[in-house]
Amino acid sequence: MSGVRRLGRWMLGRIMRLGRAAVFIAEVLAGAGIVLTRFRLFVQQLHAVGVLTLVIILVSGLFVGMVLGLQGYYTLVDFGAESSLGLLVALSLTRELGPVITGLLFAGRAGSALTAEIGLMKATEQLAGMEMMAVNPVSRVVAPRFIAGWFAMPLLAALFTAVGVWGGHLVGVGLIGVDEGLFWSRMQSGVDFYDDIVNGVIKSIVFGFVVTWIAVFEGYDCVPTSEGVARATTRTVVNSSLAVLGLDFILTSLMFGEI
Amino acid sequence: MTGNRWLELGVGLFVVGGLAALAVLAFKVGNLTSVEIADGYRVIARFDNIGQLKVKAPVTLAGVRVGRVTHIEMDDNFYAVVTMTLSGHHKNIPKDTGASIRTAGLLGEQYIALEPGGEEEVLKDGDEITLTQSALVLEKLISQFLYSKAEGATPGKK
Amino acid sequence: MNPADNALVEIRDLSFRRGERAVFDGLSLDIPRGKVTAILGSSGTGKTTLLNLIGGRLKPAAGQVRVDGLSVPGLRTKALYALRKRMGLLFQSGALLTDLSVFENVAFPIREHTRLPEAIVHHLVLLKLELVGLRGARGLMPAQLSGGMARRVALARAIALDPMMVMYDEPFTGLDPISKGVIVKLIRELNDALGMTSVVVSHDVAEACDIADYVYLVGDGRVIAQGTPEAMARSESSQVRQFMNGLPDGPVPFHYPAPGYADDLLGGPAP
Repeated sequence: MSGVRRLGRWMLGRIMRLGRAAVFIAEVLAGAGIVLTRFRLFVQQLHAVGVLTLVIILVSGLFVGMVLGLQGYYTLVDFGAESSLGLLVALSLTRELGPVITGLLFAGRAGSALTAEIGLMKATEQLAGMEMMAVNPVSRVVAPRFIAGWFAMPLLAALFTAVGVWGGHLVGVGLIGVDEGLFWSRMQSGVDFYDDIVNGVIKSIVFGFVVTWIAVFEGYDCVPTSEGVARATTRTVVNSSLAVLGLDFILTSLMFGEI
Repeated sequence: MTGNRWLELGVGLFVVGGLAALAVLAFKVGNLTSVEIADGYRVIARFDNIGQLKVKAPVTLAGVRVGRVTHIEMDDNFYAVVTMTLSGHHKNIPKDTGASIRTAGLLGEQYIALEPGGEEEVLKDGDEITLTQSALVLEKLISQFLYSKAEGATPGKK
Repeated sequence: MNPADNALVEIRDLSFRRGERAVFDGLSLDIPRGKVTAILGSSGTGKTTLLNLIGGRLKPAAGQVRVDGLSVPGLRTKALYALRKRMGLLFQSGALLTDLSVFENVAFPIREHTRLPEAIVHHLVLLKLELVGLRGARGLMPAQLSGGMARRVALARAIALDPMMVMYDEPFTGLDPISKGVIVKLIRELNDALGMTSVVVSHDVAEACDIADYVYLVGDGRVIAQGTPEAMARSESSQVRQFMNGLPDGPVPFHYPAPGYADDLLGGPAP
């Protein structure tokens, strides 16, 4: 009996946590106006979350694109379809790999940093101090970080995809010798702006929202000890990654399935 | 305060870079042409059978892409009504142009091919293309072929 | 003196629970205006919780908490924030914002809550820093400060908006004798010079009684004893005497509850 009881209590705890997270994000969004009134804060956070994540995004994008070029060629050449390499690389990146891998990398680098930062501020009573100074920490500390993360994700995903296509071109046309003209023309005729690119952007916007939400919530809700912050950081990376992959499946079936 | 200046510069470059990447994707990787976004006009056509034609399928004229299918529904007489949005680039398509549903390659996706007519008047927003040729249904073709073969064979079998 | 006359903070029959434990059960006290009031008690008696209840960060299960006539638990967010601007709370750790310099930390509440031009903010910050003796440290970052200096900066920040009341959470704990002396002097002098009301929560009996006008001894969820520091020192109650004189054994026993000693030894290791 106690095993079932514990399961029930655990489940209730999770649901309550989800409820807290929902209320929290509503508070954050309510305080989002600070982006306009305190633009400086927002720019600082955009730097921390976007610019500093650039390196890993660009490097990863390049390598992923190059691998796609390589693997794609060896797969297509068996069907005599190597002229479609550009299309393969572009579609893989814009539809799936761009938003998803960027989401995962973002969660690992920027998300965990956000959680640690906010968690540490909680553990050292800086958030409590702000409350007592009649400054709402949710709008002052959390909101700029959230909006910055949400805004940065689609930009990072676009950069990842663009660099990836270039990487695929580098390998396919430069290294292997696929025809340059065919590479681009097959790609351009096959990649649809609305179906592929816009859908990819929508995915990255959704991922950005969810990943940043998880990151700031875990930080704000953590147990205010050093152990608590460490656990929260791990939870951010794990939960964000699972959320990205799960949402990707849902969004893909909505967008690319038969309507 | 110069540290701040560099920071703002960095962020600005980041945002510009991201938007530029999006633009590159849209125009170089994808097939967005600026005129398609604005300036398109709608034309409808009725078919007996549209086969595998789907919304977003391309509409071509002489092999050149001039628009896309934007809506498919059925009218009261059980005809398929296909709505196409044609690009503002091509505003001089004659009113008596024909539309037929073709297949790209042997087993590829289906699209609409326009055959230009000769009239002076051109298609405008809301017009209907009256000359239409429905999709070829493979099963019908095969049964037609077998039937004609059977017909040709029987007389000789006497 | 009777603290109930002209009280800034009035607490009546306060009850607060944390999980199963009753932290407070029928606590009543008054904080008189313009005076330094010390709240003493052993660790874990909920003294910090009391400050959080006064500041509105926690809600009582029962009872009243009134500050300057306003009932704190009943205040809505906007009114609560307006009240908090008139109170300062000095955390045990200082709670300075680690990414801002000393100057910017003190300027923080001024910039957040007023639209004063930078020149005036500059003057105000230097004024407050001068009061705590750290005007020369304005460019340092919190990580570069010693514990005592961090607390003084936090104090300067707490008085930045000239509050009517400042609450100090364990201000003497963990400081060397010199820093302790500095804080003691600052609390008393600032209280008198700025006409504030000060509430000092502590378990450092000597320092607190040195500067307090009135003392409350809290334990078992309520007020055990109260009075002026002199009256408390003369008290006959064994509980008060054990705490005030730091006696290791008395009403608060030395031994944690355990079975009989002889039985424990003879019975061997527990199964």
